[in-house]
Amino acid sequence: MRIIVCIKQTPDTEAQIRISDIGKSMLLLQDVKTILNPYDEFAIEEALRIKEKMGGEVIVATFGPDSAKEQLLRGLAMGADRGILVASTSFPQTSSLLTATVLAQLVTQEQGDLVLCGKQGIDEDNMEVGVMLAELLGWPHVNAVTQLTLTDTSAHVEREVEGGQTEVYRVQLPSVFGAHKSLNTPRYASLPGIMKAKKKPLDTKTVSDMGLEEAQLKNLVQVRVDHYEYPPKKPAGKLFKGASTESMVTEVLELLRTEAKVI
Amino acid sequence: MKILVFLEQRDNLLKKSSLEALGVAHRIVQGHGSVEALILGEQAQALCEQAQGFGATTCHYVQAPSLRHYQPLLYKEILVQAIKQLQPDSVLGMTTPLSRDLLTRCAAALKAPLLTDLVDITAQEGRLMGGKKPLYAGKVLATLTYETQGVKIATLRPNSFAAEKIPGTMTIQALPLELPSTAMEKIELTEVRKGKSQKADLTEAARIISGGRALASADNFAILHRCAEVLGATVGASRAAVDAGYATHDMQVGQTGKTVNPTLYIACGISGAIQHLAGMRTSKIIVAINKDPEAPIFSIADYGIVADLFEAVPLLTEKLQGILKE
Repeated sequence: MRIIVCIKQTPDTEAQIRISDIGKSMLLLQDVKTILNPYDEFAIEEALRIKEKMGGEVIVATFGPDSAKEQLLRGLAMGADRGILVASTSFPQTSSLLTATVLAQLVTQEQGDLVLCGKQGIDEDNMEVGVMLAELLGWPHVNAVTQLTLTDTSAHVEREVEGGQTEVYRVQLPSVFGAHKSLNTPRYASLPGIMKAKKKPLDTKTVSDMGLEEAQLKNLVQVRVDHYEYPPKKPAGKLFKGASTESMVTEVLELLRTEAKVI
Repeated sequence: MKILVFLEQRDNLLKKSSLEALGVAHRIVQGHGSVEALILGEQAQALCEQAQGFGATTCHYVQAPSLRHYQPLLYKEILVQAIKQLQPDSVLGMTTPLSRDLLTRCAAALKAPLLTDLVDITAQEGRLMGGKKPLYAGKVLATLTYETQGVKIATLRPNSFAAEKIPGTMTIQALPLELPSTAMEKIELTEVRKGKSQKADLTEAARIISGGRALASADNFAILHRCAEVLGATVGASRAAVDAGYATHDMQVGQTGKTVNPTLYIACGISGAIQHLAGMRTSKIIVAINKDPEAPIFSIADYGIVADLFEAVPLLTEKLQGILKE
């Protein structure tokens, strides 16, 4: 089974996101520390486990900047067989549909049997690329998967939805799945793994290498960013300290009732 | 101008948050057009009644036993057909596991522009123009505008808009379309297992009480559960508490967990790491209980109590019991 894991470079979760002063229309992300999107680690781990059980090949792929090679290397160090970077450098703005279109072409060219990705990127929180990729390929898709059991032709898939309910799906392969945290526990990249990763094939491609036209892809950006802003700062709250816990609790409850009117 | 609102049902019950989308649609059209709704389900016709009085002029339904649960490709094919038939200017749904999946898939199928998880919208002359969306789990907000013609699709974050009672009459009618017969071959939802609790999910909860690493064990979360019981709240946790094994992944609030938006958020023993604050900062009222007066959580709390949570939370529970009984 050839499994393609689509990954993304994202800013670190602890990173402050800054907005440019001029025009407020850009985010200043150049100096922000980047990581492999946390949910993608679960997707890579699941792919490796499937390969261990059923054989095949694991490819990590991304549509991103040149620096995303670092995240691909991380996937290779965990155990993936090869990596593909499709350069997004010539696209000042992208969109989920654009990314999904590029990845769909990649999956077709590489003749993938299964696509795994993280359930969402923790940057834009869109949860769009996985399901769009599935639609473009004409494949089924389940997101936020917490359990995945495969046979050669089908999958038993569970996902958690609101209210703690679990949906169980029977899915025909090929398919796209988005990994949730409780799917598995990702392995650490070992030192030999990291050394070996540097020798594994890591191809860089442009969209034209893949037979796609840049101008046409740019038409898939259908939404414009007018500006960014920080969430409104809350006015300073009331802090109670030093008094007995009982009196402080009583006072706050009274305020919740009379001032905030939420209970 | 016509706006189509996808109303979601689960277990043959109309999701309350769906009514918020009707209110938004009504606000967009402002007399320039009509708000129409669509329900898919096993008892969809009966559910239309519940949408009465929230701003829709027509409620379409597609009713069939196979529509009882969310069947991804079947639902998609029906919604795509409905959009082609009804020709709305925009399609709205809520940001739920179902609608976010379905509307995104439809957007790709129709190559239609999409905005998900909006907390505010912009409109002009009865048309949806764009909206505001939190990024990086709420560390920044982006104001976005649709740039292309054709049907515009959007999902709205629950609890960000009020469902409004809007007087008027509503027609209920079956949408005449052929049910696609092969859509369940590739994917079929075969079972829905109930969770342990029937509580509102964190993302939809009006009240949340969350615990951090200071809880010190999974057993100690019981004091939060007792308080939640009295308050009608859902229990959440910080990443530190989840990583330490005190709480399960589905309880995690923050950037790699759930982004929440309740009217009351009580943080107990949570210091307030930036990724946690990002996931809960839009809560209407935030109460923080922490031993450390310097904890960053106090910077965004409306009411802070510097105290030991093991002392404060049981007191809170006890006094709430008294208040809520009145």
